[in-house]
Parts: sequence; structure tokens; C-alpha cells
Amino acid sequence: MSNAQIEIQLIASLVAIACAIPGTFLVLRKMAMISDAISHSILPGIVIGFMFIHGSFSFVDNITFLSSFKQFLITYGLESPFIILLAAFSGVITVVLVEYIQKTGLVKEDTAIGLVFPALFSIGVILIAKNANDVHLDVDAVLLGELAFAPFDRLIIDGTDIGPKALWIIGVILIITITLLIAFFKELKLSTFDKGLAASLGFSPVVIHYGLMSVSSITTVGAFDAVGAILVVALMIAPAASAYLLTTDLKKMLLLSVVFGVLSAISGYWFARFLDASISGSITTMLGFLFLLVYLFAPSKGIIAVMYREKQQRTEVSLLTFLLHLKNHDDESERHVNHLNEHINWQKVRSKTVLELALKNNMIVIDNKIVSLTPKGDEFTTQAIDYIITNEDAQIEDMKDDFFLFRG
Amino acid sequence: MKQKIAVQVDDLTVAYNYKPVLWDIDLEIPEGVLMAIVGPNGAGKSTLIKSILGILKPIAGSVTIYGKSYKKQRSLVAYVPQKGSVDWDFPTTALDVVTMGTYGSLGWIKRPRQKQKKAALEALEKVGMLAFKSRQISQLSGGQQQRIFLARALVQDASIYFMDEPFQGVDATTEIAIINILKELRKAGKTVIVVHHDLQTVPEYFDWVTFLNVKKIATGPVKDIFNDDNLTKTYGINYKVSIQE
Repeated sequence: MSNAQIEIQLIASLVAIACAIPGTFLVLRKMAMISDAISHSILPGIVIGFMFIHGSFSFVDNITFLSSFKQFLITYGLESPFIILLAAFSGVITVVLVEYIQKTGLVKEDTAIGLVFPALFSIGVILIAKNANDVHLDVDAVLLGELAFAPFDRLIIDGTDIGPKALWIIGVILIITITLLIAFFKELKLSTFDKGLAASLGFSPVVIHYGLMSVSSITTVGAFDAVGAILVVALMIAPAASAYLLTTDLKKMLLLSVVFGVLSAISGYWFARFLDASISGSITTMLGFLFLLVYLFAPSKGIIAVMYREKQQRTEVSLLTFLLHLKNHDDESERHVNHLNEHINWQKVRSKTVLELALKNNMIVIDNKIVSLTPKGDEFTTQAIDYIITNEDAQIEDMKDDFFLFRG
Repeated sequence: MKQKIAVQVDDLTVAYNYKPVLWDIDLEIPEGVLMAIVGPNGAGKSTLIKSILGILKPIAGSVTIYGKSYKKQRSLVAYVPQKGSVDWDFPTTALDVVTMGTYGSLGWIKRPRQKQKKAALEALEKVGMLAFKSRQISQLSGGQQQRIFLARALVQDASIYFMDEPFQGVDATTEIAIINILKELRKAGKTVIVVHHDLQTVPEYFDWVTFLNVKKIATGPVKDIFNDDNLTKTYGINYKVSIQE
């Protein structure tokens, strides 16, 4: 691998990690669409910052304060942090506007989101179009990003090349994100799970909410350069959504999101090389593919597991019906195997499945085509019926391991 | 006997979008009572609790806990929100939810340690849920979830407990288990305030009651004021409840 290849994969991986962390909390807070809004509405912030630095605003030079501020930024090489903060600020403004419109009670949250971000995004688009000659920004790059060019834009300090600028930007953002996550993990978890309790304990949910929104905005700006406005959303939401299906532990969910993000970033890069296509597009394809796999094969929440469980539950209900029938009828004619088909009105296949399941669990014995309950089968039936009538969980704890029926 | 006042509410008015939900509420809750707040849907019962706890901002009035503002007395108060107010699919365990009750005493940034975990385990045992400590919370029944919430409040070791409909959607066994714990709290000198729906059980469970319907109708000992007159005033229809002696 060449240096540039390693650098691209490194940038993509760091972007993926930086997105997965706030993304996990956005998914749990059911705020996935807010990341879409933020990713679009940071555009005017970026463009205005860019134009400010690159002298597109003639009025800047006429106002002493603004022109000296600009000079200060350029002298100390703070152009990028300035643009990032300005853009993140317009991301936070989006959230404020959405909440404000929503609070009027006239429209719902999704409508409010749909109103705010296109408006802000379009301001950015118009600004770019009006200044296309002065500014090195185009709408394609904004939407899709261009990771392949990232290694060409180097950060040079005192004449020494210390790596691609994008790597430094996302690296710093990632360090900030991880520090905040470690420091405020408890507060984030509490206010995400139970806002009311958080407020009553003195952890202001509003402060935590805007903290998370600010981090999400800054991360989005940092990732924006590399993957563009549309794909940032995928990096925030898809890894977290996949992880959500696999674990019931918040820390593991965060860790899995990060792993999924990095996996998609690296496999996406090689997929793009193989196809000779857009890197960001390929990374997103990988994210989608990964989610599909998890969605299908996740051990308990996956679609296949769910279907299997439902089928098992159906069989177990039949088993219970059959056992109850045996318990209620002592008469031999009622307990004949053929009677199952005739009287309980089951198909042969189903009767066979139920009989086999009961035999396997030593719940019945079949002697000369006459079915009888074993003591174990008798006890099981009593317990199960008891549970169904009283709905008391405690008694059936040990049965949950063997039977899906009792797992709720 | 002059009792200490645990919670004092003065001229409290709360509005959602300029529509008053609570109108000029004056309320004194004496220390050591087990009090039900009753009233029809939309009477502002949950709103009253949330305003006392500073979760909602009133447009007028003030609340004091043992004579000081809630912010200063936070550690004296525990809160059990409505079960439906949280997402039970959240990736966490019963023990972890109960441990959240210790966060208030920890303050910002500090993490729960062995001491907090021990307290959480004890609270779980008290509500009979120790066996379920590692269970993911969505795998618990409605009654078990409510017990977890109760344990989370117990772990706060407060003087005043606010509970928003703790009996909603729980089975009879859990209801009895919960009320027994509440009665124990009262015996220990704690003040317990419960938003309650089932009027039939008020005389059996509680010794103090507040009738609420946007305005405060009445507040006092159950044996003195839990009568058809107040019920009719609160619910607007001719209400008859047989009070068992």
C-alpha cells in the first residue's frame, strides 16, 4: 500500500469512529433524522466561513474589527477551526429552529425538520453558486465529499509536512468526542434513558441535549470534507442501528458501532478501488450491506431468529394444547394416536411434530398407539397452565431456557 | 400535634401553551404521610409532581421542600416517573437502571463504584428482584419493571418519595408488594406522595389524600375528607364510593 492509501483508510476509519459515537446516542434518542438535518444545514456555515477567509465579502475589509479578526485567524493558521466552529454553530441553530417550530404545536417534529434544513442548505447552495469563481467549493463535493483527494491537502508547519489536514482535523475532533464520552457517559446514559429522572436529580437534560448536538455538529463538519453531507448520516446511523440489533448493553453497543464503522470504512475503500468508483459511495454501500446481514442473522432480534421463534412458539402452543387434552381425558380412546388427527383436528405433519417434541422432552410415553403423560409431562402441564392463568413469572423462570413460549 | 411540613406549594400555576393545567395551587404536605393525589384525566396530577421536582417550569408560584427550594434539597427527594415515560428497549440491565438512582448523590462526572452497586443490589433485594439483576429491561414483565423503578427510588435513600402511577399495568401481587414497601417507608418516617387512579383502594392504602382537578379541591386525612362530596366536586359527576371501615 502506498502512503496515500494508508492515509485515506486512516481518515475514513477515524471519521467512522467519530460518527459512530454520537450516532449511537442519536439512535437511542430516536433522533436519527436530526443528523440528516445537521449534515445539510452546516453548509451555509462552511460557505460563509470560507468566503470570510478568502475575501469574498468586500465589507469585511471596511470594518476594522472584522478585518483584524480575519488577519488574526490567518496569521495563527486558525482558518479550519474557525470554519468548523461556524459550521457547527449553524448545525446547532438547526436544532434550535426545529425545536422552536415544533414547540408551537402547529407541526410535528419530522415536518419541522423537513422545513428547516432544506432552507438552510439552499442558502449554502445559492452562496456557492453566486461565488463559484472565488470559492473552491462545488455542490457535488458538498454532497458526496472526495476522500481520494484528502491526502493532497497537507498540513505544513514551519516547512515540515506533518500529514494530511483532514487527518488532523478529524483526529482532534475524535479526541474531544472520546474525552467527553468518557467524562459524561453516566449523564448521557441517564438522560437518554430517563429525561425526567435526570432533571429531578439535577442533570439538566437541556444541557446534555445541546452538548450532544454540538458534538454531533462538530463531528459532522469534520466528516463532511471526507464523505459529504449525505453519507455522514449513514456513518452516524447505520453502525449504531446494526449494533442495536446485536446487544443489550450500551457499552457493547458503542463498541460494536465503532467496529462496524471501521469495518465499513476499510472494506468500502477496497471495494471502491476494485470498482474504481467513489470511496464514500462504497463505504455507504458496505454500511448498508452490513446492516442487512445483521438484520437477517442477528441471534435474537434478527428477522430469521424472529421467524424461527414464532414457528417454535406455534409448535409449543400445540404441544401444550395436546398435553392439556391428555391431562383432561383419561379415557383410552381419547388418547389414541389417530385421535389426534381426527378429534383435535390437526394435520398429520403437525401431529407428528408435536408428538416428537413431547417424546423428546420425556413428557409422554406411547404404548401400543395409546399416549400417556409421564410425571414430568404432568408437572409441566400444571405449571404452564398455572402460569397462563396467574401470569406470575417467578414459577416459570427455569422453563424459559427450554421453551420459547415463556420468553415473552 | 403540629407536624412538620415536608412539601409546601404556594400559588402554583402551570400552563402548556398558555392553557393553565394547574391553577393557583396551595398545598401543604405534612411529614410522614402516605398521600394519594386523585383526580380525573388531565387534572394535572403528573404536572403537579413534575412542577414540584423542577422538571416543568411554572408560570407563577413557588415550591419549598422542608422550607428550602427544591434545588437545595434535591438529595432529600426521590422520583418514580410513569413507567410508560421511558423506552424499555434501551440496552441496559435491571441492576444498571437501579444504579441510576445513585447518580444524584454522585454528581457530575463521578462514576458509580462498589458502594453504589452494593446499594443498588440491596434495593433490588428489597423489591424481590435480585434474581433478575442481569436481565435486560425489555425482558421484564410490566410489574417487574415497576419494581425496578421502585428500587431505583429506594436506592436514593430520600426523605420524600414522589411516584407517578406506580400501580399502572401491574398485577395484583406486585401491587400488594409495592404498597407494602410504601407503608414501610411511611413507618420509617418518610413522606410518600403517589398519583393514584383506583379510588376504591384509597382508604385502604393511604392516610392522606389530595383531590385535584386543575384547581385543588381538598387535601387532608383520608378519614376526614374522602367522601362523596369531594369526589363529586373533583370528578364532576355524582360519585359514590363505598368506604370500607
